[in-house]
Amino acid sequence: MEHSYDVLIIGAGVVGNAIARELSRYEMRVAVLEKELDVGMGTSSRNSGVLHSGIHYQPGTLRARLNVRGNALMGRLCRELKVKIQYIGKLTVAQDEEDIRTLHALKEQGEANGVPGLEILGAAAMQAIQPGIGGIRALHSPTTGIICPYGLTIALADHARTNGVDFHLGQEADAVRHSPDGFTVTTTGGDTFKARVLINAAGLYADRICALLGISEYRIYPCRGEYLILDKRLQGSLSVLVYPAPRKGGAGLGIHLTNTVDGNILIGPSNEYVDAPDDYACTSDIIAQLKKEGHELLPGISTADFIRSFSGLRAKQTPPEIKGFKDFVIESRTDFPGFINLVGIESPGLTSSPAIAEMVRGMVAERLPLVEKAAFIAERPGRAELFHELPAEEKADLVAQDPDYGEIVCRCEQITKREVLEAIQNPLGAQTIAGIKYRSRAMMGRCQGGFCLPRIVQILEKEFGYRPEDYLLFSKDSHLFSGRVR
Amino acid sequence: MQTIKRDLVVIGGGPAGLSAAIAARDNGCKDVLLIERDRILGGILNQCIHDGFGLHRFGEALSGPEYAQRYIDRFHSLGIEAMLGTIVLGLGANRSLQVSSRGGFMQIDAGAVVLAMGCRERTAGAISLPGTRPAGIYTAGAAQNLINLQNIMVGERAVILGSGDIGLIMARRLTLEGAKVEAVFEVLPYASGLPRNIQQCLNDYGIPLYLGTSVIEVHGKERLTGVTVAEIDPLRRPVPGTERLVPCDTLLLSVGLIPENELSRSASVIMEDRTSGAAVDDTFMTSIPGVFSCGNVLHVHDLVDWVSEEAALAGACAAAYVQGEARAAEPRIAISPGPGVRYVLPQTVSGRRDFTLSLRVTEPAREQAVWVRAGKRKVARKKLMRLHPAEMIRVNIKAEKLQDARELEVSVE
Repeated sequence: MEHSYDVLIIGAGVVGNAIARELSRYEMRVAVLEKELDVGMGTSSRNSGVLHSGIHYQPGTLRARLNVRGNALMGRLCRELKVKIQYIGKLTVAQDEEDIRTLHALKEQGEANGVPGLEILGAAAMQAIQPGIGGIRALHSPTTGIICPYGLTIALADHARTNGVDFHLGQEADAVRHSPDGFTVTTTGGDTFKARVLINAAGLYADRICALLGISEYRIYPCRGEYLILDKRLQGSLSVLVYPAPRKGGAGLGIHLTNTVDGNILIGPSNEYVDAPDDYACTSDIIAQLKKEGHELLPGISTADFIRSFSGLRAKQTPPEIKGFKDFVIESRTDFPGFINLVGIESPGLTSSPAIAEMVRGMVAERLPLVEKAAFIAERPGRAELFHELPAEEKADLVAQDPDYGEIVCRCEQITKREVLEAIQNPLGAQTIAGIKYRSRAMMGRCQGGFCLPRIVQILEKEFGYRPEDYLLFSKDSHLFSGRVR
Repeated sequence: MQTIKRDLVVIGGGPAGLSAAIAARDNGCKDVLLIERDRILGGILNQCIHDGFGLHRFGEALSGPEYAQRYIDRFHSLGIEAMLGTIVLGLGANRSLQVSSRGGFMQIDAGAVVLAMGCRERTAGAISLPGTRPAGIYTAGAAQNLINLQNIMVGERAVILGSGDIGLIMARRLTLEGAKVEAVFEVLPYASGLPRNIQQCLNDYGIPLYLGTSVIEVHGKERLTGVTVAEIDPLRRPVPGTERLVPCDTLLLSVGLIPENELSRSASVIMEDRTSGAAVDDTFMTSIPGVFSCGNVLHVHDLVDWVSEEAALAGACAAAYVQGEARAAEPRIAISPGPGVRYVLPQTVSGRRDFTLSLRVTEPAREQAVWVRAGKRKVARKKLMRLHPAEMIRVNIKAEKLQDARELEVSVE
């Protein structure tokens, strides 16, 4: 099949979707190409979900500028998209004199980057914010927040879809040809996509997309971070994010506890280079280390509180022998006019995504006229809260209007049949079990689907005619079942 | 929002809930309401289509649905009220419940509550299974539900991790349905399931059981392709050189059950670490007056027969509570597990009634006795030919033996 667009974005992570949603404001034909069966299946669903303030990056870098700008844009964006966000603040904690010098340097750097409200606190003031915390001083950054990373990614894509962007899921770019009137992308499935502007937002695969055009100067080194998810029982043990002061030579920000907007706590991430951009394994050594550090940070944890481990990959441009950070690459290529190239968008890519979208919009404007769409739908319908987060009276009203709200499918997370149905009937048409999970939170609780997966199977069979071979966990060969019982 | 009142609300329509509700009615409580989140009564018994239920209670081997049906019939013949397809989402310390169903979201104020929510299975995440996260990894109970209730086959070549009873039953079930079960691996040096299930589900079908062995890595990006297993030393570390790859497309986990006590916790019921259930007295009352607990939500049982028996007592006691039986100023004798005992319950008794201790031992043994002592004084002793952590031990204690006792210790010697 052949498709023709003004703009084609490769990669439906948070960055690709933020760009798609930004461009959906204008009169142009935009499409997103994604090799997975759903959006946000890579780094965007596999991170801490922290909205960074912008203290960590050198003034003048793209990372610093886009981080601070993205942080400022995110509140309004999340309100429009109905995505949960909480500016809960962060304490970066010093244990010794050298750490204190680090805090002062971070504060100066943050202020140079335009981060508001930074303050160095003594032990008593730290304790007032987070009782029980160890350390002698802390840098408080009140604009640090938490956000649901896959929730944002899905919402951006949903909203872009609502405003006319096409999503081609399960389509992997295989060849790219450049000609005076634009680009032709062929996929492994044999489809052809023509576009005047091509945007590389392929994350961990950005170097491969470059290579398809013959651009050889970039290489991505996947760097794995493993996490443990803790039971919601521990919700409330942490009112603010707490990080150790960064030490020299670290490639990440150190293992820490992170609140999620849904009430779990994450321990992680670790930091280890791996060979493959899809090596999401969890390892027994790191799991043991995370448990140990978790116990030190939160002595009340019991083994029953570990719900799940997962890992994500940072798209690093620095090889293992160098470590450290390189600045984001966001460039409009002069050798391939109309090719907008994004490489090495690792942390704080989530925070920066709205600002990256603005910047890329500017680059698109150099090639195509930006005419605002009269019919642009500014707000995503619905609400940010789940049914179980609403007050009792509102729940009663909803159930009275729609009995599907009264039927709880996932007992751990208290997710209703209405919410599961909405996840199945998602605007993008993603039809995997993981897609239902990320959209509804069903199967994300302490029983990990033991109770609700069979019930979701019933719903899919009865209401959508699924057969055993139709159920995919996340990818085209991730079949859940082998057939009928004989 | 609608609010209704009931004398006694039983949460859960499995074997414990049914038995408790029936006993409450039999003991004079007229206004009993049972709440079940599924659309049918019977609980997990509905997916247990194998036989062996009811040997103690009825002297015959019934399937799970047959066993449940006896209680369901009796439940209906007594005209007890049931709300099906209804879930309790909140329980306040004042015994007010928030419930949700297709019929509406409402509040129920109860004179007494019996908690009978059962248990859930430990998952891959709970045991921090290393490796990838492909399709094909199921808890044994979820696989049982899919196969027995939904006619869906989960895979063709299976490995089972953990020798819990559901895993053993599923090893046989998968084999009968044409799948190849490579082996069952158990990290402990002894099986976690009942000896009769080891015989009837593994030995009779030639399925090997490897003790002291565990899965140390999961392989496969999309669908499971295999697991690496290794022998495990007493400190739970893999023994180098013993690793081997077992190709398979399915991994079933039977690695333990956890009482489903989130509601109990939300009501601030005092919990017992050893059982992961509520702490109860000899009437099965929890730390909250009028809130009782029984069945697998109280502690994980080996046989449903004991669940029914325990729940009947809890239901009768709840009925007595509703009918205003005086309970003030009862003495409290604390019971604690001693050497060789993993847990014992109830945790306290009044000493005014006869009661049954339920306990589990820490490791397998032969020809030992369970001792119950009040200080240095012997209260009871039960000699057993064979003791196994998988098998719950019950010891009947006469109230008259407890005079002046302050605390009891239960040990195996």
